[in-house]
Amino acid sequence: MCRLLFSVSALALLSIAPASAQEKLTVYTYDSFTADWGPGPAVEKAFEAECGCDVEFVAVADGVALLNRLKLEGGNTKADIILGLDTSLTFEAQQTGLFAPHEISLDKVNVPGGWTDATFVPYDYGYFAFVYDTEALETPPASLKELVEGNANDKIIIQDPRTSTPGLGLLLWVKAVYGDEAADAWKKLQARVLTVTPGWSEAYGLFTNGEAPMVLSYTTSPAYHVIADDTQRYQAAGFAEGHYLQVEVAGVTTKGATNPLARQFLEFMTGPGFQNAIPETNWMFPAGEMSEPLNPAFDQLVTPAKTLTLEPEDIARNRKAWVDEWLAVMSR
Amino acid sequence: MTGASIRLDSVQFSYGSTQMSFNLSVESSDIVAVMGPSGSGKSTLLNLVAGFERPASGSVMIAGRDVSALPPAQRPVSMVFQENNLFAHLTVAQNVGLGRSPSLRLDAADHSDIDRALERTGLAGKQARLPAQLSGGERQRVALARVLVRSQPVLLLDEPFASLGPALRREMLELVRALHAEHGMTVLMVTHHPDDAHALAHRIAFIEEGRVSACADTATMFSENAPESFKAYIGN
Amino acid sequence: MIDRRILAGSIGLAAVALLIGGAFAGLAAEAFHDFGRTLGAIDAYLLRVVRFTVWQAALSTALSVIPALFVARALARHPSFPGRGLILKLFALPLALPAIVAALGILALLGRAGLVSDLMTTLTGSRWQGIYGLSGILIAHVFFNLPLATRLFLQALDTVPSDQWRLGAQLGMGQRASFRFIEWPVLRTALPGVAGLVFMLCITSFTIVLTLGGGPRATTLEVAIYQALRFDFDPARAVTLTVLQIALTAAIVFMLIRLGANMAGDANLSVSPRRPVASGPVERVFSAILIVSALLFVAGPMAAIIVSGLQADLVRLASDPAVHAATLTSLVLALGAAVLSIALSLSLVMARRTLELHRHRNAAPSLLEQLFDTGAGFVLVIPPIVLGAGWFVLMRNTGLVFVVAPLMVVTVNAVMAMPFAIRAIRPAYDAASARHERLAASLGISGINRLRLIDWPVLRRPLFMAMAFAMALSLGDLGVIALFGSDSVQTLPYLLLARMGSYRTADAAGLALFLGIICLLLMTFVDRTGNRT
Repeated sequence: MCRLLFSVSALALLSIAPASAQEKLTVYTYDSFTADWGPGPAVEKAFEAECGCDVEFVAVADGVALLNRLKLEGGNTKADIILGLDTSLTFEAQQTGLFAPHEISLDKVNVPGGWTDATFVPYDYGYFAFVYDTEALETPPASLKELVEGNANDKIIIQDPRTSTPGLGLLLWVKAVYGDEAADAWKKLQARVLTVTPGWSEAYGLFTNGEAPMVLSYTTSPAYHVIADDTQRYQAAGFAEGHYLQVEVAGVTTKGATNPLARQFLEFMTGPGFQNAIPETNWMFPAGEMSEPLNPAFDQLVTPAKTLTLEPEDIARNRKAWVDEWLAVMSR
Repeated sequence: MTGASIRLDSVQFSYGSTQMSFNLSVESSDIVAVMGPSGSGKSTLLNLVAGFERPASGSVMIAGRDVSALPPAQRPVSMVFQENNLFAHLTVAQNVGLGRSPSLRLDAADHSDIDRALERTGLAGKQARLPAQLSGGERQRVALARVLVRSQPVLLLDEPFASLGPALRREMLELVRALHAEHGMTVLMVTHHPDDAHALAHRIAFIEEGRVSACADTATMFSENAPESFKAYIGN
Repeated sequence: MIDRRILAGSIGLAAVALLIGGAFAGLAAEAFHDFGRTLGAIDAYLLRVVRFTVWQAALSTALSVIPALFVARALARHPSFPGRGLILKLFALPLALPAIVAALGILALLGRAGLVSDLMTTLTGSRWQGIYGLSGILIAHVFFNLPLATRLFLQALDTVPSDQWRLGAQLGMGQRASFRFIEWPVLRTALPGVAGLVFMLCITSFTIVLTLGGGPRATTLEVAIYQALRFDFDPARAVTLTVLQIALTAAIVFMLIRLGANMAGDANLSVSPRRPVASGPVERVFSAILIVSALLFVAGPMAAIIVSGLQADLVRLASDPAVHAATLTSLVLALGAAVLSIALSLSLVMARRTLELHRHRNAAPSLLEQLFDTGAGFVLVIPPIVLGAGWFVLMRNTGLVFVVAPLMVVTVNAVMAMPFAIRAIRPAYDAASARHERLAASLGISGINRLRLIDWPVLRRPLFMAMAFAMALSLGDLGVIALFGSDSVQTLPYLLLARMGSYRTADAAGLALFLGIICLLLMTFVDRTGNRT
């Protein structure tokens, strides 16, 4: 058994593989970023070529886990860069005091509504949307209102805001559109909800298995099916009130502020070496400069009539109350 | 209860790689000791008579009737094992009562039969005990009491006294002899002890490598005229 | 002098306590001053959650365990039922399946777009909306736990001495009598343990409850703990809720132990597995119906998983280096967890038996003895995220996080598998001890020699059985790894969820099939090795 334990720890050691002589940059991110099919491998290669340094990615489950990990490690964190928080988390992240100002030029940054934050730099964005199966649903709702008040037999699958980012996104979306009447909207929408899953994967899995004709996802989801599966079957429904925006960002930690590579990486992140990889690996819109045209599949996507957002500070302050309000309605 | 004849006609049976083939004829009310080296097939022979094993071919006759195809419960046979004769969670009386009704639906007559059987086997007053509270000898007495209430013409004993001390064993053999005198059932008894055979059996069947190699009265088997292999087996 | 076996057991128990205590200590240290506020946070919502948690777990347990009694009995009475061995192997598979894979399999049959959908729509006249809600949760839990309970009960029935089956046959015991006098006493002894185990598995259900529950009405404490630690990052609340979850479980398990009979008298292992059971044609038909329905219930969703798995590009997956690496990691971790689990379980089983031998016949078992028996089980009701986060806090300043991560996975899986392993090992060890204890003592055989010469031959089969359980459980586990940096240990189920999380549903289905096949191969291997004489 000793030998076995040894081989297990050897397995772990291999995954660290530090290149001791070189300069090193440690980036904490989420795991679909570093997956074989994610942007991680291409980004790592491009930046290492540029800086002559070693990039180490440490991946956790998602943006929320990322923030928790940072909170747990506090000032002792090894991370120079935290990459993968979204706008519903940035205020809370800022409050930890563990981030340093980015101090880079935001000229190349391009997100709807513009970007001025001094701490976080966006690297991609997307809009939440209901994706529908054209073979199961002929006329998708044209607005959030139509969705809320429409035929309760056309079921939707959503995610739980207590456990998932898109779930929280829908909560904010409804809040942005309905304001104080959000609870009533949820009351009506409830009849239409087939089930509420813990995360995006479960919901999307049920949807592609045909359990429901609509699922909460992103406007960019159809691009995946067009490019990878060559099918137009799944489309996003454009809503007249507009779509809630999710911007994914990265920031320099206080530890990273002493590593010159950290700010070089943020700079690099807004340029083609990073951005070219984003659309077809992360399936989001690039938030910086690309050196090649976007795949035409992205041009066919729904363009939101309006971009909806809430202030990060409001989100952080009210999230708990809003989730409780949602719970009170949905558990009836 | 009276006895019944037992007859095995070229009963073929394979146990693992061992091929067995038995021919044996036992008269009604006889007591036959089944002896032989370990693994020779003594217990298998009893299991074939009891119906726990089915022969591949040949027939098992009890009282002139072919019982080869009958399930154990439909054969006129009682059996006492070396151990595990009792259910640990049932009282002595219940364990005996199972011999009358396998669902323990017992009427007054059954109860008095059970009491009489317990008395006959020296267990009077122990009706309410659990097996764990009995000695090894007492447990086998309960098993014999159950044989009495079942009153089947054939009794199979599979080394039931092997784990008892000499005095107890002699006592138990006496009890079996007395019960046989009263009820005249046919007894097949597997044993390793020449003394047991001497004390109880009229005849001895010697089993070697899955067949009955000799079957003769006890006196002959313990005399100079016994087969050599049997003499070697008992160490004479 | 303290008996060495008690010492070994105490070390085993201490290891389990360290695992749990360490996690709690880590989280408690993180949020020491928050506890006062947390106690005040037990509100109406939480009470509703507690009620639902216990209610669904109790129902799921009853629906899994009671039918399992009869399925196990049918299987025990028909040792030559066609395909019996395969059925038993199949019954170990659900343990190895990630919850979402099982849920998709079940929905492929009973979901809104499932096989029965058209039929139900025609029958009821309105569009079939699937099994979402309590019924969906129950069906999924029964899918996971009925086969598990069946296997455990069957093991218990295997301890009935073959002489007693013969006796029953000779006395002409019918079905009912044989159940009452032979099978029920053994099953009753096993019942509290099995029911307790199933209850623990159901009370911590997370993905199944959320996905099939249809909405936040169906929320378990596990979800609340997860929420507390993830979004709210409130370790104090997480610890409080975990303690609440443990207390609830302990109360139920205690009740079950009280209900169960502790059998006096000696257990015996069947000398010969060939068991003559007089079964009439009516019983045979009933048993066959019973076994086949249980099989269909389990095999239906599995078939759906196979069908969707076959649609994946299996050739590409089979040559994908990421899949190779994940398979290897999974196997190494599962093997490590299984071996550790068995070592710990055996030490606890031995210690429990030794204590039992030392106490007076009718004295009540001491707390320590009971802890040896059920203590390890409570790790099952501690959410992996709590264990992971707690240990992460303890380890974060040591720089060992990466080394510790795989060790954590192995240890946690090993301890989580202990309740299963103990169920498998204990009856055999106790029986062997009852037969050999004095002999071994008189010959002065103890320690390793005793294990090797006396216990091993008898324990070989149950040990391999325990190993199979532990490996299946570890194979399917997603584990505590989330906070540790998940890319350092990528297992097959992890890869599966990752693919699912990035639109690669077909890949995920293919990987689920892989996982099932690997588990089946392992079972076969373990069966073969365990039975070799």
